Amino acid sequence: MADILTSPHAGADVHHGKEIDYIEAKKGIWSWMSTVDHKRLGLMYFWAVVANFIVGGIFALLVRITLLTGNHGDNYFINAETYNRFFTLHGIVMVFLVIIPSVPAALGNFVLPLMLGAKDVAFPRMNLASFWIYIVGWTMAITAICLGMVDTGWTFYTPYSSTTNGPVSLMALAAFTLGFSSIFTGINFIATVHKLRAPGMGWFDMPLFVWSIYSTSLIQVLATPVVGITLVLLTIERAWGIGVFDASKGGDPVLFQHFFWFYSHPAVYIMILPGMAIISEIIPTFSAKTMFGYKAVAYSSVAIALIGFLVWGHHMFPSGQSQLASLVFSFLTFLVAIPSGIKVFNWLATMWRGNIAMDTPMVWAVSFLLLFTIGGLTGIFLGSLSTDIHLHDTYFVVAHFHYVMMGGTITAFLGGVHYWWPKMFGRMYNEGPAKIAAYLYFIGFNVLFLSQFVMGSNGMPRRYYNYLPEFQPWHIASTVGSWIIAAGLFLALGNLLASLRKPKDAPDNPWKGTTLEWQTQSPPIEHNFHDQPVLHRAPYDYRTPVSVDREIH
Amino acid sequence: MQQQFDASKLGMWLFLATEILLFGVLFVGFGLSQGRWPEEFKQAHHHLDRVLGAFNTVVLLFSSFTMVMAVNSASRSKRKATINYLIVTILCAIAFLVVKYFEYSHKIHEGLLPGQYFTYLASTDPMAKGNSVFFGFYFMMTGLHGFHIFAGVVVLCLLLKETIKGKYNAAYYTPVDLVGLYWHIVDLIWIYLFPLLYLIG
Repeated sequence: MADILTSPHAGADVHHGKEIDYIEAKKGIWSWMSTVDHKRLGLMYFWAVVANFIVGGIFALLVRITLLTGNHGDNYFINAETYNRFFTLHGIVMVFLVIIPSVPAALGNFVLPLMLGAKDVAFPRMNLASFWIYIVGWTMAITAICLGMVDTGWTFYTPYSSTTNGPVSLMALAAFTLGFSSIFTGINFIATVHKLRAPGMGWFDMPLFVWSIYSTSLIQVLATPVVGITLVLLTIERAWGIGVFDASKGGDPVLFQHFFWFYSHPAVYIMILPGMAIISEIIPTFSAKTMFGYKAVAYSSVAIALIGFLVWGHHMFPSGQSQLASLVFSFLTFLVAIPSGIKVFNWLATMWRGNIAMDTPMVWAVSFLLLFTIGGLTGIFLGSLSTDIHLHDTYFVVAHFHYVMMGGTITAFLGGVHYWWPKMFGRMYNEGPAKIAAYLYFIGFNVLFLSQFVMGSNGMPRRYYNYLPEFQPWHIASTVGSWIIAAGLFLALGNLLASLRKPKDAPDNPWKGTTLEWQTQSPPIEHNFHDQPVLHRAPYDYRTPVSVDREIH
Repeated sequence: MQQQFDASKLGMWLFLATEILLFGVLFVGFGLSQGRWPEEFKQAHHHLDRVLGAFNTVVLLFSSFTMVMAVNSASRSKRKATINYLIVTILCAIAFLVVKYFEYSHKIHEGLLPGQYFTYLASTDPMAKGNSVFFGFYFMMTGLHGFHIFAGVVVLCLLLKETIKGKYNAAYYTPVDLVGLYWHIVDLIWIYLFPLLYLIG
């Protein structure tokens, strides 16, 4: 790596010795529960997300174990109804409780104000409220699980969801509540980005992480109310049968699908944009090179957010919408590929002739590039009207969105966790096991989901409990893949947790990053910076020598 | 201080955007259903009382005016005037809810609740389904709006309490300003609901 920024204490805080950090600034459970410090809230979200990820992961493993055989007798230890509940809960937990809050609420809360050189987010108390609303929603979801679970799939399609037994209403209201938390976080971040940037930091001096999180927040604010009211309508439908979604009473079940996807397709970008946000930080840092096409990457985040609102109909090609509508939605869907492609090519161009250091975060980032590209390209198959009629509701779809959601967002999240871990906890983890974990994850992931592409294109429908014997080898491969991933994830988690037993040894800037969060101590002091940082240069500027860097204060 | 004020105002506008989208879904659903059941929607809307609807519209418009005056007085440190204007605004909101209560109970009495409770027309009547869907949207939209009015009353009362304590003056009246914005958006939504539900056809 280039010989700049080598001093771990580059920056204004070089004049101060290590001071008491935000973790130790206050003591006791109550100081955490009532905290308005964005770093502590980020940390609490982080642990909640990790716990939920384990729960959602266990459901996934159970689904895969069920599918080891396609011809279950009556006495198989997981029956068909239980299986329906397992995949539903896997979906709901992973989407609403893990992926959506993972990057924005956990890492975003921690990093965003630091990157902007701010003391906190714009509305710290609302940030705390948002966390507790998340916990309320989480409690409702867990109660629904304990009360006998939900078997609608995470999409809650009517008329099944308005007639099936089980605590569907409670689960829908849980998702509604979680939506509120997500809206508040979004509003908070938008106001923070607009109003609390450090002096000297114009819009195009912001790190790309901020651009992506900003775009994500826009979608959260504009799309979440739609699913909110839709789930309320569903609950009222279940409680009083007002018939808005019931064809026998003059309502329209397909209307539910429109409303649902008007939110849930943009929600897909709520999930992937933060992944892209992290990759845009890791790649320039570990290539020690200025980001290639900074403005193009920044604008492409906003473009994805806006186009994302216009493509929901591609989930409904076989649902009986008009041919013309399908045609238009199919065309608009291709448009999303353009900004996504811009990002991928710019990341590659940034790496080209860079001084690449394959540290753990970079291993995750490169995994992201490979997995996300496969996920993105297979999305074009599904956006094409004619091929989608064949592939709709097959394992091809399952594999596609796992490549994007897990291969994209979760991979990036794990990369981000490894990237900012020294900043969050002030400790370096052991590189060896961390890398082995990343490689295990990558191998297991492809074993698990590549086989599902094969099954899907051969006609294996999604969500089925039984299947034809010809699919069994692929299903077995898929299940083995899930065990490899699980091994990788447990190794990664164990390795990170083990580092917490050590004394705080992390330097302020272990990766020689150029963004502001690396200019304060690790972990940061309670108010982030001693003096208001002033920005004198663009992010990812690896050409300016260290002497100029010292002027940041 | 100015930065805090600006940030709060931006946050409030974003929140209001989510409110518009919340109602937007119901507007879109209403429009689509109207396209599907044009005759039935025309027939159903005759059950709504235009006089009461118009009265409520005037009441809300007037309350928006008193709210503006409350914000204006607060920004010039006129505590007494602020208190009076807030009280009038709250009274208007309560009047709106009372009128709404009489409208609702009349409809329920006639058997116009939607879906499984719809008894106004026999279920064999070909017009029954469309009429029921109209009232499904009517009760959802006005109900959600009524809930916002109610929430407004609660917030206005809290604001009144703080004003009486003398918390706001020309240097700091952000909460008054924000509640004002909220109150206008709730009025604005009614300005759209009234013609859509009461005056179509």
